[in-house]
Amino acid sequence: MIEFSNYDILRNLLFATQWTILLSLAAFIGGTTVALTLTAMRLTRNPAMQRIVKIYVELFQGTPLLMQMFLCFFGLSMLGYEISAWGAAILSLTFFTSAFLVEIWRGCIDTLPKGQWEASRCLGLSFLQTLRFIILPQAIRVATAPTVGFSVQVIKGTALASVIGFVELTKVGTMLNNATFEPFKIFTLVALIYFMLCYPLSLYSKHLEKKFNVSR
Amino acid sequence: MSLVNLHQVHKYYGDHHVLKGIDLVIKAGEVVSIIGKSGSGKSTLLRCINGLEQYQEGGITVDGKEVTTEDIQVRRLALSVGMIFQNFNLFPHMTVGENVMLAPTIVLKKSKAEAEATARAMLEKVGLAEKFDSYPEKLSGGQQQRVAIARALAMSPKVLLCDEITSALDPELVGEVLKVLEQLAKEGITLVLVTHEMNFARDVGSRVVFMHQGKVWEQGDPKTVLSNPQTDELKQFMGAVL
Amino acid sequence: MLYFSDLLQYSDVFFSGLKTTVELTVLTTILGVALGTVCATVRQYGNRASQHVVSVYVELIRNTPFIVQLFFIFFGLPAIGMMLSPWQASMIALTINLGAYSTEIIRAGLASISKGQVEAAKVLGLNFRQTLTRVIFIPAFEKIYPALTSQCIIVMLGSAVISQISVQDLTYAANLVQSRNFRAFESYLVTALLYLGLSILLRFAFNALGKRLFAYRTSN
Repeated sequence: MIEFSNYDILRNLLFATQWTILLSLAAFIGGTTVALTLTAMRLTRNPAMQRIVKIYVELFQGTPLLMQMFLCFFGLSMLGYEISAWGAAILSLTFFTSAFLVEIWRGCIDTLPKGQWEASRCLGLSFLQTLRFIILPQAIRVATAPTVGFSVQVIKGTALASVIGFVELTKVGTMLNNATFEPFKIFTLVALIYFMLCYPLSLYSKHLEKKFNVSR
Repeated sequence: MSLVNLHQVHKYYGDHHVLKGIDLVIKAGEVVSIIGKSGSGKSTLLRCINGLEQYQEGGITVDGKEVTTEDIQVRRLALSVGMIFQNFNLFPHMTVGENVMLAPTIVLKKSKAEAEATARAMLEKVGLAEKFDSYPEKLSGGQQQRVAIARALAMSPKVLLCDEITSALDPELVGEVLKVLEQLAKEGITLVLVTHEMNFARDVGSRVVFMHQGKVWEQGDPKTVLSNPQTDELKQFMGAVL
Repeated sequence: MLYFSDLLQYSDVFFSGLKTTVELTVLTTILGVALGTVCATVRQYGNRASQHVVSVYVELIRNTPFIVQLFFIFFGLPAIGMMLSPWQASMIALTINLGAYSTEIIRAGLASISKGQVEAAKVLGLNFRQTLTRVIFIPAFEKIYPALTSQCIIVMLGSAVISQISVQDLTYAANLVQSRNFRAFESYLVTALLYLGLSILLRFAFNALGKRLFAYRTSN
């Protein structure tokens, strides 16, 4: 059996943290992109489009992220599409992230007074002009804090990728545990690293929220 | 010549019959005050004229063109109809100047310089030239409403619709807004206002329209109508507001 | 090709998994919300030191993944002498997790109750405990009820992870079935739909419960 010094443990965990960060970034970027598309679909006021978005949100908010990962990983390869754990993790986290972001953003757009739409209409602005010049600039200001807040959920969500064998922080934690039999120490360290990733974002989100509430 | 023409307009919200056959002709240069209890349909009427609300029967034309709620139509309509709201509805993320310049630049495709010149002239007219670079939240309610008027005027509308534009203001701020309106009336701009300001209706208006239960109940010269109401409903209404 | 007919013979496996998931959900929802209520009250009205303790608890839980919390409790605690069965560890982890989130949510509800309400209660001679239970809690909970119940559903879905420490819940059943019939996609798809049904059912149940709890709104 190999001996692991505290230094070895920490070094391995921190190395794995890189993958957690990378996966979080990929999922967040993917999720934001899809959520933007879905938001646009919802705003078209086309009933069919809105229905699609509604079902999408219902499906991915109403089922466990873990199950989505299993489906992407084991399911797709069963169906003949080879997919790596990394690919399956990004794919399912993108679904998960976008389904929540699109709802968060809807809330933000809905908080804008109806009068903003009406005034734009009365000034002759088209739908797209109203979106671009009036609604989005205001909605983005409202949405920043909850979006940053949600990024914490994304980072935590990446921990589930360990279950399908993607080697990130949690996975390395369980591997080290199996090798060292020091679960208390190792899972405390793992938790602390996650905390150090997430807490600054939580604080920043709160700060943004306060700043926004003061400015309006 | 008639500028705004309503013929037998009916409007329903579900089962609720809000407008019950409105006939109204407004000529260029008129200052028409629409009065009546809340729920009498007066705001709805105004919102039908600029296509914010759909009506189910009858017809409305502005400057000879039919009014519908179709997006394209409403936008063409915006070129001839300006609207001022009770809650100002200024764009909070833009400065006063940007608020006024927005529609002329992106709808009328004016050059920035031209739009800015118009905006400054309009803000001058409402007495707020020095607020060009301020944000709306820094202004009082009265000032915000005057900016909203400048914003509508910058599109050089043929008729300006005012929906209870002094109702959300503190009493001491009402005067400054009415003064601007009075000046506009003198310049010959066609105004249609839903209002509770009886003195303004009497002194500045060229016609008063009293609405009751979704109908035009009584109308005519303000001085005659307001000092000598013919119907019990208007008498009662006058008694309540005075 | 997809084959679902195969899965029918495993329906009792799915059913017993579903039962475990539902049992744990009901239990931890009650315990978690109770924990959250206590912590939120302390956080809002307690002394400075206890407020601090609650804040640390809430932030620690909200900023770490549930699976790590679960592993810490199941693998880590026995190392310092606290032996727990998988089921016990899951129940504790889920309760602590929901407790932290509901603390934040309920506190927002408490904070939304105006000072005037509290003062009015004081003037009428109610003591602090009476003020809380009679005057503050109902409108506060009504305000945050939708957020709180969504969180309960999120925790229910998150409970899928407890299959990783061999609690025989719905996800465990899915893994078991797919390891026997090698039809992973079908097995997980059916399970995902069962979870979806469960979350829709829970939402209905919460709505119905909400109507009863806050009936004073509708009855005249």
